[in-house]
This record gives sequence, C-alpha cells and structure tokens, in this order.
Amino acid sequence: MATVELRFSALPEHVRTARLVAAAVARRAGVDEAVLDEVRLAVGEACSRAVGLHRSNDVAAPITVMLIEDEKKFSIEVGDEVPGTPVGSVPGVQGADGEPDGAESAADEAEDEMGLAVISGLVDDVEVSSTETGGVIRMSWPTVPDPVLP
Amino acid sequence: MDLSLSTRTVGDRTVVDVGGEIDVYTAPKLREQLVELVNDGSYHLVVDMERVDFLDSTGLGVLVGGLKRVRAHEGSLRLVCNQERILKIFRITGLTKVFPIHTSVDEAVAATD
Repeated sequence: MATVELRFSALPEHVRTARLVAAAVARRAGVDEAVLDEVRLAVGEACSRAVGLHRSNDVAAPITVMLIEDEKKFSIEVGDEVPGTPVGSVPGVQGADGEPDGAESAADEAEDEMGLAVISGLVDDVEVSSTETGGVIRMSWPTVPDPVLP
Repeated sequence: MDLSLSTRTVGDRTVVDVGGEIDVYTAPKLREQLVELVNDGSYHLVVDMERVDFLDSTGLGVLVGGLKRVRAHEGSLRLVCNQERILKIFRITGLTKVFPIHTSVDEAVAATD
C-alpha cells in the first residue's frame, strides 16, 4: 500500500497541492534536501501531463498520485485514466478517436513532450507505461539511511 | 503562492517582473501578459525571473511562445535569472541556446546582439 495516496480532479489548480504533498512526504521519507526541488518539479510535470490528458480526452475521473516509501527509496506513481496514451508519438498526430489535428493539439503535445523531457532530464529512475486502462509515470529517488524525523 | 506580474519601461525595452510560481495553473496569466504587450507594440521584452520560485515546462512553453511572437516583429525576449534551480530547467531542455539569459536587468536592457 502507498504511504500516502492522493486523488484530485483533473484541474490545473490542484497540481500545486500535489507538488506540496509529494515534497512533504519525500522529505519525511528521507529524500536528500538537495533533491526535493527535483521531486517537486518532476511530480508537477507528471501531474500537469495527466491533467492535460484527462482534459483533452474528456475524462472525468481523478488523477491518482501514489507516494511510496520503501527501505532504500522513495517512489512516486502518477496515474492517468486515458487508455493507451501514445508516448513519444509523432507530434500533432492524434489517436484513433478522430480528434482534430489542429495547431492547438500540436502545441499541447509539444508541451507534453517538453514535460517528459524535463522529467527524464531530472530523474535517473523513471518509467513511463501505458495500458488499456491508463498511463503511469513511475519515478524513484534514493533515501538516506536515517531520516531526520520532525 | 500565486503568480505576480508587473511591467515597466526602460528605454526601448519593456521589463516584465515575474514573481511566484509559474506552472500549469498560472502560466496562462503570463501568456496573456506577453500577448498583450506584443499586441500593444512592445517587441523588446526583458522577463525578470529573479523572484520566480518555481517554473515548469508549461512556463517554458509560454516563454517560447512569447519569443516567437516578438520575433515575428523582429523583436527580442531576454531573460534575467541567477537562480540555479531555474537555470537547470533551461539547461535540461536545451533552451539556454534559445534564450539570451542575463544576470541583471541592466545587462539585459543594455544588450544589443
């Protein structure tokens, strides 16, 4: 079970909340203070991407963020409920749902790609997967042996 | 923290002071500000990011959009930033090659290249 699980409506204003919660749990889990900025940014990017996907696909379900504390690492899983999201697909080309291939969708995808570029540039251990039920971005960071408890 | 925006004119440049967090929620406000400036004929912009606490790819996208707009009028968009955590995001995405990044507003305003 996740140490902390967060579910929020796919609205941009909640992404900041997810960043704050993730950083707080990461700090408690013993993630190095110097890395917390990266955790905050990476989880923000993953959540922004998920919010964008839900909104552009009219998915009413919430975004799920799992914050998982293990012995030696701290993991974050950000899940969306948009099936089979193409990762690294040709920009501007939409899936088989007949979405118009307008300039706006191309811009959205360019932004989406930049978000993934930031995540992969920041996080060494990252995995992006997609299934019939939705996509998940998994990221993890090492924790220091004896976290300072509040 | 929300986004704070203010503009001032220095010579032929318009300086946009940005403070707070630029993310998926607040970036549209920055986009509106840049669009408005360009529509009003300000084509040489300096975006001062010294008081920005957080910047994500949505914010980067808005800055790139602003750059495209001013370039369409043969203008310029320069950034002022000394914060390592913000500069890092520009480096990761390769945007240090796209934006002139200065250490002070004075330097950005004086730049002519």
